[in-house]
Order: sequence, then C-alpha cells, then structure tokens
Amino acid sequence: MRHLLSAADLDAAEVGEILDLAEEMALVQSRPVKKLPALRGRTVVNLFFEDSTRTRSSFELAGKWLSADVINISAKGSSVSKGESLRDTVLTVASMGVDAMVVRHMASGAPLQTARWFAELGLGVHVVNAGDGTHEHPTQALLDAFTLRRHFRAQDPDRPDALAGRRIAVVGDITHSRVARSNVELLTTLGAQVVLVAPPTLLPSGVGTWPVEVRHDLDAVLGEVDAVMMLRVQRERMSGGYFPTPREYTVGYGLTRARLGLLRPGAPICHPGPMNRGLEISGDAADSAGSLILDQVAAGVAVRMSVLYQLLGGQDDADGTTGALR
Amino acid sequence: MSLTGPDDPTPASRTVLDADQISRACARMAHEVLEANRGASGLVLLGIPTRGVPLAHRLARAMAEAEGGLEAPIPVGSLDVTMYRDDLRRHPTRAVGRTEVPVGVDGAVVVLVDDVLYSGRTVRAALDALGDLGRPRAVRLAVLVDRGHRELPVRADHVGKNLPTRSDERVSVRLAEVDGADEVTITRDEA
Repeated sequence: MRHLLSAADLDAAEVGEILDLAEEMALVQSRPVKKLPALRGRTVVNLFFEDSTRTRSSFELAGKWLSADVINISAKGSSVSKGESLRDTVLTVASMGVDAMVVRHMASGAPLQTARWFAELGLGVHVVNAGDGTHEHPTQALLDAFTLRRHFRAQDPDRPDALAGRRIAVVGDITHSRVARSNVELLTTLGAQVVLVAPPTLLPSGVGTWPVEVRHDLDAVLGEVDAVMMLRVQRERMSGGYFPTPREYTVGYGLTRARLGLLRPGAPICHPGPMNRGLEISGDAADSAGSLILDQVAAGVAVRMSVLYQLLGGQDDADGTTGALR
Repeated sequence: MSLTGPDDPTPASRTVLDADQISRACARMAHEVLEANRGASGLVLLGIPTRGVPLAHRLARAMAEAEGGLEAPIPVGSLDVTMYRDDLRRHPTRAVGRTEVPVGVDGAVVVLVDDVLYSGRTVRAALDALGDLGRPRAVRLAVLVDRGHRELPVRADHVGKNLPTRSDERVSVRLAEVDGADEVTITRDEA
C-alpha cells in the first residue's frame, strides 16, 4: 500500500488484513509496555489544517506505540497562518525527510493532490487522508467497521464474516459528512447494506447513484437495521437554511430517548464524535448500554497502528526511494 | 558418508525425521524440561508462530502425560515476533501472527518453542517481545531442530535433533496441525 486516500481504494481482502492486524494491535493497549519496535527510525508528521482531538491524538499514539517519531503541525501557529500555500507547506515538511504524512484539510482532494505532488517530484512520502473537506475519512470508516465487526462477532461467534448481509443506518447530515461517504464505500465493500436517513436538504445531489437505500422516516428504519450510526450536524460547514430550527431537526432525525425503544434489541449505536448532545443524539442514547462510542475511540488507535504498519512496516518501494528532484 | 561433502550423492530432498522420530523427540524434550525445572510448576510454554505453536501444545501434552496428570494444565500461548524482527526493512510488509499469552509472564519460567533454530535472530526478536510483556524468572529455549549456522550468541536448552547442514540447504518442518503430516526434510537448493 502506497497511500491511504480513499476507502474506495481498498478491496474486501485488504480491509480484512487491516482489521485483523488491528485486532493484534488492540492487545498492545492493554499491555504494561505499550510499545512495538516495528517503525523504529520512521518519522510520521500529522499535518492538520482543521481542528481535531481524537483523530490527531490517535494517529499520534498509533505512531508512538509503533516506535515512530511523530510530530504534529496544525494550521494555527504554523506558517499556514502567514499565508503559505498547501503545496509549499507539504513540500517543505516532506523535504525534511519524513516517511509518512497524515493530512487533514478543509478542501476535498487535498491529500490526493499532495500525493500527486510527491509523485511528480519523486518523493517517497506515504500520504494518509485524515479527513478532507466533505470527501472522505477512510480511517474513521475502518475503525467503525472494526468496532461493528467486533460487536457482531461477540454476539454471533459462528459468523466470522460479521458485516456481510447486515443493514446499517447512517443518520443525519450526509451532505457535509466525509464519514458517511467513507462508510458507504467501506461497508458496501464488506457486503453490508447501508441505509441513509436524512432530511432531503441534507442529502447530496448525487446520492441517487450511490449503492444505498435512502429514507426519510427514522422511526420506521430503527426497527429494520442491525446498527445505527449517528452523524454530527456540521454547523461549521453550513451556511444556513438546511433545517428550520435545531429543535425540529431533533424531532425528525435525532436519536432521542423515546426512539431508543424503537431499536432492535442489542442493536448498537455509533457516533464518530464530537457529539452535539441534545441535537443529533440524546445523552440517554450516547450513554446507553448499546452505545459503542467509546469503543470506537479505542479502536481508532488500533486501526491507525495497523494502517501505519501496512504503509511503513516493510521495505521502501523501489519507485519511492529515488528521492532526487526531477 | 559425509552429510556435507561436496560430492555427496544424496538426492535433492531427503527425510531426516519421520513422524515417530518427531514424536519421540517431543517426548524426550518434555522430560528434559520437567527435569530441568524440577516439575511443571511455574512453567509457561510460548510457541513462536507458525509451527512453534503446535509444538508447544505437543510439549505441554507430553509433560502432562509424563507427570501422570497435573493439578492445573501447563499454560500454552503464542508469541509473534514479526514486529521485533531486525529484517523488517528488507522485505515487503510482513503479515503479523497472533500473540496470545494466557497468563502473566512475571516470575514465570517461560519456555520459548520453535521448530528450527538457525541464525538465532528469531530468538533474539522473541526475547525482546517477551521483555515487553513482563519479566520472567527465567527463559528457556526448546527447538525441534538445531541446524547450526548461528549469527548471534544464542543457544538452545532443549533440542529435538541436532542437524548439521550446509547453508545452501533448506530444512523444512512439516507438522500435522499445519501441514497435514509430520516430517522434517532437508532440501538442497539447486543453484
């Protein structure tokens, strides 16, 4: 694997490898010495142009627990705030001799563009998409799949292919959600059926071409699905007019205490965080027995360790070590 | 007849241990481990994947038989060393095996079990991996075949068969649990 830019780049076998390795990595979290030497001498840069708590810190822990050196650069406090372009920033950091760059950016396609610049210049830096605009967030989808797979396997150990044939509802602000796009790709690859539930104003215009079922009646859907994934209402990406009031959004599409009773028994609740408690998810739902929200956070470190190992654990690609500028 | 002579007429592949010999070697090693440890107390057997793991289970069974039944079964686990190897950068990304250690290793006598002892680099990696799991009272090494050609100062405590080899020969251990049959063969690379 050269880069991880989109969940669509992974086939079912590759996803299986990443998730299986993440199971091994998860064991490290409970050990006295939380360290594996696999990436000793490698350097990983977290380049975050957007705010983040869990993604940035879990990539940092993942790199450190694999013995890589990790540095964090955020837009605030870097030359980005002085007006440096994306190209100049990523090439500057790459020129210091880093092995992997984990990029979060508000523009869709920024990690892909970064990977193209590196290829043009013959730089062997691996790029990981940590969320780009409203496009994709592939490691979030991987950790969601990891969490759900574990949950379903514990419920039904005789079904190792735990996600195939499951119906999973993704509820809320689909338009602005890179998490939704990556999850649609990945869950479909793993054989699950995704049901998108949202008001028409929060569905992207091309949704008819996606391999999903689109619904607007959350109450009915809750009783039909094996798991429900609530999305954050991304007010920072909204210019207004998507729904009349927060109260009306909650009435139509929030996972309220009353709606908990509509879920199938044992159906888990996921949320990628950060949560708007009382808007898309009630405190009762977030803290209920069926909530996997903290399992998702724990899975994030294991899955990102697995991804970094897949990218950096072996020999350098023959085409990646030429190094010299053309 | 020399096993290593340049004009050795031996065929390209030959069997050096058959199923019965492997079984007797395991039984003898089990006795040796018990004798050296003065019984089974405090022992933990950790096999190195792939074939060290079934070997560790066989040794544990043989020890239980030799002792005529134990109060508690000897804990058996697997210790994957992939992430600790010193040649990770020389190969495409390696698949990682399972690590399953059933009990704490602090204060235990850990017996590392592997099929073939060759350069000693796997054992070095295993010692590092073990050190991250805890601090055993002692670590012993049991291998089915010691084929020589050490590159590190490593020595096995219990050996099923010492097998002088040339470095252009390949030793293949096949075990019923993994390969469907028990057999150790030597193959000469036709270079």
